[in-house]
Amino acid sequence: MSTNDTPRHDELVVTHAPEGVVDPGLPPHQPRLGDTDPKASKRSERIVAALFGLSVLGSIGVVVAYFAFPPGESVSSIQQSNMFLGLGLAFCFAGIGFGAVHWAKSIMNDHEKVEERHPQRSSDEDRAAAVEVLKEGAADSGIARRSALKGGLITALALLPLPVALPLIGNVGADWDVSKFRHTMWRRGTRLMTDPTYRPIRAADVTIGSVVHVIPEGLHHDELESDQSFMDEKAKAVVLLVRLDERDLKHTEGSYHGIVAFSKICTHVGCPVALYEQQTHHLLCPCHQSTFDVADGAKVVFGPAKRALPQLPITVDDEGYLIATDDFSEPIGPSFWERVK
Amino acid sequence: MKAIAARRHHRQAPVVLLVLALLVMGGVYAAFATTSADATVVTQSDDDVEAGRKLFAANCASCHGLNAEGRQNAPSLVGVGAASVYFQVSTGRMPMQADAPQAEAKPPQFGEEATRQLAAYVASLGAGPAIPTEDQVDPAKGDPASGMALFRTNCSMCHAASGAGGALTQGKYAPSVLNTDPAAIYTAMATGPQSMPVFNDMTLTPEEKRDIIAFIDAQKEGAPGGLDLGQIGPVGEGMWAFIVGMGLLIACAVWIGAKSS
Repeated sequence: MSTNDTPRHDELVVTHAPEGVVDPGLPPHQPRLGDTDPKASKRSERIVAALFGLSVLGSIGVVVAYFAFPPGESVSSIQQSNMFLGLGLAFCFAGIGFGAVHWAKSIMNDHEKVEERHPQRSSDEDRAAAVEVLKEGAADSGIARRSALKGGLITALALLPLPVALPLIGNVGADWDVSKFRHTMWRRGTRLMTDPTYRPIRAADVTIGSVVHVIPEGLHHDELESDQSFMDEKAKAVVLLVRLDERDLKHTEGSYHGIVAFSKICTHVGCPVALYEQQTHHLLCPCHQSTFDVADGAKVVFGPAKRALPQLPITVDDEGYLIATDDFSEPIGPSFWERVK
Repeated sequence: MKAIAARRHHRQAPVVLLVLALLVMGGVYAAFATTSADATVVTQSDDDVEAGRKLFAANCASCHGLNAEGRQNAPSLVGVGAASVYFQVSTGRMPMQADAPQAEAKPPQFGEEATRQLAAYVASLGAGPAIPTEDQVDPAKGDPASGMALFRTNCSMCHAASGAGGALTQGKYAPSVLNTDPAAIYTAMATGPQSMPVFNDMTLTPEEKRDIIAFIDAQKEGAPGGLDLGQIGPVGEGMWAFIVGMGLLIACAVWIGAKSS
């Protein structure tokens, strides 16, 4: 396909080229050092051989390192194992790659060759023949006439995606019960427990400026049927408990002497909101920097979240431990289709 | 006296004598023990408090007020406890260098002795968390596995899962905890300095605090994956991939395309 001899310029190209621009053609051929100097050519050969040799050493190195430096138990032995295996792999691949490229560049000939593009459009005869074939086939099948067959084919094609799509969607969860998004484990009288140590919280022990990560009483591996339900329930029920100076709180409903509890699930996309700045009373979401004002009912003061964090109304029981007085007043977390507001 | 002497051969005399002797012994011991204990504590803390008061007046009072009652830009220190002074002074955060969004750690401005005296003075103003003992902050005595669970829940959202720290708002940030002195970690949890919330002994018991210290200590071995790029998350890793990784690919492409000399 090489050719300086058949410049079959396509008419299209010529008409679109701006006038006055002349094809400069190829630059003059520059011989390489190795083309004229046999010593340089030999040197290139040695370099390529050395690169392949490096690859061989790398491969042997990986085998040696595999046995000499097992990952073991300690961090430093894992680091050592990774480093030697990685270095060996790097050399064995890079040696072959660089060697092959250097071979092609410095030893193989470098004569420029020109390949002209073919026009993409088929010839008119070929196009007419193709249309003819299609028409003949359509007429032969009688698709216009045999409407029962046509309907059958369309139905079959329409149902075809089902056997693929149904298991795919089913495996995502196969659970169409959205009501569970509306409620959490919190009930009237549920004690607030520390996460992950699972201890009840005495209101008197919570100092001003404290933050406690809270789960409901009953959210414990011993009291739930499976780890899956533990994770599902925990994902909804986690709460952040904060104690402020009571004078700083703008609304005191649901709070107990300056102790307030809010859902830890961001109303934006559901990350755990837990960066609490004690001095500003701001609560930040680590994912997208939504900022909630804990002193003002966890209202959004910055960021992409649209709704305040739902508040868990709390009080204390006879023994002075914090308990919930109800579930959250609205579904926690990000919006979903069936959510009314 | 004669009546007592006359009864010294009485059958019950040894019993009476024994009881009397025990009473005397107990009384002497009790008196000795209390006085000695009181004496050491009182004298030591009196001296320390007095020395601390002088240090405070010379170095801290210009912002916190002569009686540590607080001013417009500096909080009252009544009731913050010795632990708070230990954290702020031993990490060099106080005295504060400049009126910045946050007091930064720097080389401490007071020696151990002076820090202890300042702490004793501030502790004498009102009850607050005390400086932990060596035993309470010994990483070898904590359980790093339990510490990891606690760190993940209570600390990682600000100080990052790696402990390398992270940004807060308006120039504030959660510093790296990886090279922090164990007692400073303990006192920071107990007192909640600056933006940090308080984790008192109800939220995290002293044993749990020690577990967290053990977990942080275990991170000093480094990351098994190798170079950790500062452990600041996707920003650092992305920079590396874009600049170094893609730079190398471009360099290779240019080399492959270039004519050999």
